[in-house]
Amino acid sequence: MEQQGLDLMDQALGFHSNKAQQQPWPLSGRFVLVEDCVDTSGAFVLHHILKRSFTSHPSSAVIFLAFANPINHYDRVLRKLGCNLASQRDTGRFFFLDMLMLQCPVEGEPNHDGLAAVFEKIERVISELSPENKKFVTVIIDDISCLELAANGSSNDAIDFLHYCYTLTSENDYALVALNHRDIYSDGERSTFKLEIEYLADILVKVDPLATGLAKDVHGQVMVLNKETQKQHGISSIKVHNFHFKIKENNTEYFYAGSRT
Amino acid sequence: MATTRTRVSSFAPNLSSVKSSQHLGLKNGPNGATFISSGISDLDKILGGGFTLGSLVMIMEDAEAPHHMLLLRNFMSQGLLHRQPLLYSSPSKDPRGFLGTLPSPGSSKDDISREPSHEKDLRIAWQYKKYFSVPQLNINTNNGGQHDYCNDLDLRKPLERHFITSNNVDCVSIQNSQNLDVLKDRCAEFLAQFSRNEGGSSSAGRIAIQSFCSPQCKYSDMEWHMLSFIRSLKGMARSSNVVVVVTFPPSLLSPSCSKRLQHMADTLLSVRAIPDEDKELAKLLTGYQDMVGLLNVHKVARLNTQVPVILEATTFSIKLQKRKYLVFECLNQAPVDGSGGSSYGNYDGCSRSTKAVSLDF
Repeated sequence: MEQQGLDLMDQALGFHSNKAQQQPWPLSGRFVLVEDCVDTSGAFVLHHILKRSFTSHPSSAVIFLAFANPINHYDRVLRKLGCNLASQRDTGRFFFLDMLMLQCPVEGEPNHDGLAAVFEKIERVISELSPENKKFVTVIIDDISCLELAANGSSNDAIDFLHYCYTLTSENDYALVALNHRDIYSDGERSTFKLEIEYLADILVKVDPLATGLAKDVHGQVMVLNKETQKQHGISSIKVHNFHFKIKENNTEYFYAGSRT
Repeated sequence: MATTRTRVSSFAPNLSSVKSSQHLGLKNGPNGATFISSGISDLDKILGGGFTLGSLVMIMEDAEAPHHMLLLRNFMSQGLLHRQPLLYSSPSKDPRGFLGTLPSPGSSKDDISREPSHEKDLRIAWQYKKYFSVPQLNINTNNGGQHDYCNDLDLRKPLERHFITSNNVDCVSIQNSQNLDVLKDRCAEFLAQFSRNEGGSSSAGRIAIQSFCSPQCKYSDMEWHMLSFIRSLKGMARSSNVVVVVTFPPSLLSPSCSKRLQHMADTLLSVRAIPDEDKELAKLLTGYQDMVGLLNVHKVARLNTQVPVILEATTFSIKLQKRKYLVFECLNQAPVDGSGGSSYGNYDGCSRSTKAVSLDF
C-alpha cells in the first residue's frame, strides 16, 4: 500500500524497501514463530504483524486465535497503534476466535470442542471469505502454550494442530504466525515440543531481555532468524538479524545495539 | 443518508457500572484500568497505583518462610475495610480461623508517612537535591485522602469482628477436595456477581487463594488440572471487577509448571526469606537487622496495553516498621569502608531471575 518507512523488524521479516522486489505480503506461505519469556513479552511482535497484515493489502484477511487475552485488550492495543479492529471485523477482514475459555474434553468424552473442531472452524471461515480476501490470509495464534493447556497438556494434539495449520497455510500461500513461551520448555523432557515447532518455523523471532537487566530505554533484544529457501537451486540460506527494541503505546522502535542516542 | 456513528468500540467492556473515584477503595488508572489497594501503601506505589481490577496476581512463596501470608493478610483486610466481598480459600481445615489474624488500621498517632525530617538538618547539601532522580511520589499531606484508598494496617491488632462475621466473606477449604472443581465453581459464582458485562455489582471484589498447590492437597500432583483451573480463573476474572491473588510455592512444582503459572500471572511477585545473622549480608546492606525478607516484583499488570512496566528497582526489603506496619524499601548498599571508593547510594535490583540460594541484586 502506501510506502511506509520500513523498520528493522520489517526488513528482518522480509519486507523490501525496493518496491520492485516487494511482494504484497512477504509472509505468504511462511510460518513465523515468536518466542519470548517471562521477563520480556513478545506479544508486541504479534501486534506489529497484525497491523502490517492489514496495511499490506486492501483485501487481506486475518484470523486470530486468542487463547491468552480477550478481544477488548487487542482492540485497545491496536487502536493505539493506529488500527481499528472493529471496523476491520465489520468489513469482513478480521475474524476473532475467542479461545479464552476453551477446554478440550478429556480422553473418552466426545470430541466436539476439541482442537479438530477449532481447525474445522478456521477452514470454514477461510472458505467463506470472498475470493479477493482469500489471496492474503494470515492466521495468528496467541499463544501456543495456552493452546497446549487447552488441549489438557497433550502436546501431541497441539503439535498435530500446528501441523494442520502449517499445511493449510503453506499450501495456500497464507501466513501463519504464532507466539510461544520458550522458558516453559527449557527442561529436558518438554524441550522436544519447542524444538519441533522451531524446526517447522520459517522465521524465528526470539525476544529476550537484555543480559544486563531491564532498562527504561531499551526493553530487550530481538533475534530474527529468516530461513530463506531459494527454490531454484535448492540452496537455503539463513539470515540472522539482531537488534534492540523499545515498546511504546503507538509504535515499537527497533534499533541496532548502541545506536540509540 | 449516512448516519454518523459515534466512535464507540463494540469490544469495549461496559465500564459505566464502575463509578470510580467516588467509590470507596477504587482508583482510576491509565488505559481504562481501575485499581484497588493491596493494603500496603508501599506496594501500591511500586505497582503504580495498586492491583488492577480484572487481573490475576500471583505470589511465589518461599517454602521456608510465611511472608506471603503478610501480603495476603493486608490484601484481605483492606478489602473488608472497604466492604469489598472476599472469597478466601486455603488448604487448612478451617480457613475462617485465619480471618482472626487479619490486621486492623493502626491508630492515627502512629503516622508512618516518612516525613523527610533529615532535610531540616542537611541544609548544606541542598544543591545536590537536583541530582536525585528518585521522584518524590505523592508525599501525602492529605492523609485522610490516602486512607480512603489504603489504610496503614497494624499487623498486631486484629480486625474488628463485625468485618469478619458479615456476609461479605466466604471461605473455602480445599484440604479434602479430590480436585479443584468445587473451588472453581465457587469462584465462578463469586465472579459472576462482579461481571462487567451484564451490569453486575458496581463495587469490586477480592479472591485470595492461599498455597493452592501445597502438598497436603490431594490434587497437588495433577499439574494440568491445576494449570487449567488457573487459566479458567484468569479468563473469568478478566471480565469482572475482581482481583484474584493466588500464592503458590514454585519449589514444589515442576519447573515448566511453575513457568506456565508465571506466564499466566498479570502481576507476578515473589517473597523470599533472608537468613538471620548472615554476616555477609549485614556488611552489604544497611538496615539488615530490621529486614524480615525480600520482595521481588517480576511483572506488573498491563491490561489493554503492550507497553511493559519498567521499575527503577525490582527487589525490595520487607520490614516491619515499629513491628506493626509492613513496609517495602529499596535496598541500600552499605557504605564501603576504606579506599574502595564506591559511594553510598541506592542499589537498584536487577531483574535477573533469582535462584533460591544466591541473592542476585
